[in-house]
Amino acid sequence: MKKWIAGAALALATMTGTAFADGHGDYPERPIMMMVSYGAGGATDFQARIVTMTAGNEDALGMPIAIVNRPGAGGRVGWNWFATEAEADGYTLGAYNIPHFVAQSIEGGVSYSSESFEPIANWGADPAVFVVGADSEFNSMEDVVNYAKENPGGLTFSGAGLFVGHHIAALQLEKAAGVKLAYIPNNAGGAGAMRAVIAGEVLGGVNNLSDAFRAQAAGNVKILGVFDLERNTEFLPDVPTMMEQGFDIDNASVNFRGVMVPKGTPQPIIDKLAATVPAMFENSRVQSRMAAGGSPMHIMTRDEVIAMWAARQETLEELLSGL
Amino acid sequence: MEFLYYMGDVFTPINFGLLLLGTIGGLILGATPGLSPTMAVALLIPFTFQLEPQQGLILLGAAYTSTVAGGAVSAILLKIPGAPANIATTLDGHTMAMKGEGAKALQLSFIASAIGGVFGVLLLIFLTPVLAQWALAFGPSHLFWLAILGVTVIGTLDSSSVVKGLLSGCIGLWLATIGFDDIMGAQRFIFHPAVSGGINVIPALIGLFAIPQVITMFTKGRCSDDAEIISVQKHPIRLAFVEVFKRKTALAIGTITGSIIGLIPGVGGQIAGLVAYDQSKKFSKESEKFGTGHSEGVIAAESANNAMVGPSLVPLLTLSIPGSPTAAVLLGGLLIHGIFPGPDLFMNYPQVAWTFIDSMLIGQVLMCIFGLYIAGLAASVARVPHAVMAAIVLGLAVFGSYSVQNSIGDVYVMATLGLAMYFLERFGFSAAPLVLGLILGPIAEANFIQGSMIANATVGTGTYFFTGWLNWLLILIVLASITYSVWMEIMARRYTTKDDAVAKEEALS
Repeated sequence: MKKWIAGAALALATMTGTAFADGHGDYPERPIMMMVSYGAGGATDFQARIVTMTAGNEDALGMPIAIVNRPGAGGRVGWNWFATEAEADGYTLGAYNIPHFVAQSIEGGVSYSSESFEPIANWGADPAVFVVGADSEFNSMEDVVNYAKENPGGLTFSGAGLFVGHHIAALQLEKAAGVKLAYIPNNAGGAGAMRAVIAGEVLGGVNNLSDAFRAQAAGNVKILGVFDLERNTEFLPDVPTMMEQGFDIDNASVNFRGVMVPKGTPQPIIDKLAATVPAMFENSRVQSRMAAGGSPMHIMTRDEVIAMWAARQETLEELLSGL
Repeated sequence: MEFLYYMGDVFTPINFGLLLLGTIGGLILGATPGLSPTMAVALLIPFTFQLEPQQGLILLGAAYTSTVAGGAVSAILLKIPGAPANIATTLDGHTMAMKGEGAKALQLSFIASAIGGVFGVLLLIFLTPVLAQWALAFGPSHLFWLAILGVTVIGTLDSSSVVKGLLSGCIGLWLATIGFDDIMGAQRFIFHPAVSGGINVIPALIGLFAIPQVITMFTKGRCSDDAEIISVQKHPIRLAFVEVFKRKTALAIGTITGSIIGLIPGVGGQIAGLVAYDQSKKFSKESEKFGTGHSEGVIAAESANNAMVGPSLVPLLTLSIPGSPTAAVLLGGLLIHGIFPGPDLFMNYPQVAWTFIDSMLIGQVLMCIFGLYIAGLAASVARVPHAVMAAIVLGLAVFGSYSVQNSIGDVYVMATLGLAMYFLERFGFSAAPLVLGLILGPIAEANFIQGSMIANATVGTGTYFFTGWLNWLLILIVLASITYSVWMEIMARRYTTKDDAVAKEEALS
């Protein structure tokens, strides 16, 4: 049977004039699965479902992509599975979150590193922001840092977990402001961290720009600063960056989301995906749904993502070595 | 009364058709072991891409409501809870079915579900602003005490003795520690890659309840091959209504407990049924009948798990924070249409918000009608011979465990736990406290760690966990619950002769 399929594929490949010698010419011939290492309903899951919804179109992959959630331990469970057990046949894709998995691999205790995966394309970039409750006395990052200076280690603020983008942002803030803070990782992810801020359990929090934008629109929080190189002109044009407020913080904590495959996936399949997937993200229906959901898009090709991964690896190694 | 204004929108042909589809589909999905409400809603999300926002939400809302209730079908007839919310239903529901009262148990459960559900949605309609504040009141310290309250229930839940109940609860708590810990990311007891993600509650639930049943069915099937599993006597629906309204205490306790617990983000419906069951047992005049097929047990458990549906959406609709995994999936369904839930939702999109809530109200009634119809069919399910039934249940168990995250590792977990449970049951241990331990462990642990991290940075651990009226209220309920259990145990010992104990033991095994 396999030989027959390979033969047929070869015949088809020669017919269409694109000669794929190893029989991957008609990939994909069945639906594709995409693993998301966070729970259904989370920001990564929600966005992954939107950006893959047009995969079945003829001008995209021609086959639908089904999302499978493998949540747990800040993404470690899913990525461990993806690095060790997922089949490298092109029918198993995964969603990545930078800096999460790179930071976790540097910290250790997991069976993956950036060497274990092959990036395909990036669809979004969600910067971290600093939020405080709507009735908080803090009105700028300066107020926050001054409070932390008066109460070393007493400024409690929530985030989605350890060694995820929010934690990186927290470490950067500590380093840039030269203060000791109390970062409280939440077991219920970004939503739980946001709840802790609104309920006043903590004095502030680091959260995703997209979720914070919604919470601010609902009148529940104030957003004091963006952990990125530039302001977000689309959603939060009035919120200054950390750099503008005098803290030397770059975009290392920005949560980049994209598609990858396990190492060992045949090169022709990687090439085919790398060529089609970014175009799939450009689809106008995808773009409008993402904008409606308040999710900033940032499309990058495979080569750009490879460069970005390498840059993050270096920055994070330096940042985390101080721990 | 704005909700009445939009009531008409529910009955447009397309909307009502979707409501029917969601309700019937939800009942079937709910009755399938392993397909929890969260999964059912997640499965339907792609279909809502093509629909109008309110149509999509009607479909999702109807599915959510009826999957919770549908789980009672397999819980009662097969002793396999469709979802964690239905665990408490097995305790009396299945014993009723064993006595031939399967149809009655199903009727009671659907009527109680509908009453609880309607109450919950009415709370959502009228008290949302008040409830939103209440949902925020539960911080890490309160959730920790709440989980401890759940642990005190373990001992008295469906075991031949308190000690055995506590022991199986401890096994559950230990199983909960397997895998990466949620906050620090430390690895614990990972001996096989299948458990690196921890023990997922759904496969564990299926294994612990279904596999011992399957083994028992196979062993019985060999002795007499035409044996029916259970006989089901016909039971008029009118009498079921009379019965539900006669058991006012259980109904009230179930509904109120379910509504309150549903409101608390992060605890959700998983323990609403169990806490309600335990409370109504303690308040009932016939508490010794609980566990022997007593109608109050079914009524309390099922009214609680549907009463939780409405309030569980309060944090989502008012604060834009999903309070449960299912609410998180519903949030996705709203965002995809560019609708941001929040206090402005009812002002900006009244048609979407109110039609959604109205459809859940109507959905409860439809769910009850179809549920009662299903109850009538229960007799034919029961006529299937043992061996065939065992094969079907085994197939469903494997399918259900695998489908949670497309993982064969979960099937191994299900099978291993199930086999172990078969032998544990022989010694008088039971599955319900074990699963409760598995569910409560992470809640207690994560909230204790978070609470103590906040406490260390601010006021100190002792002050953080022991000040505030809510902390003390919960601590007092915990103490009362323990005292009551100890008291009952002493009383029972005083009046139980050795012969009674032996007879009780033999009846169980």
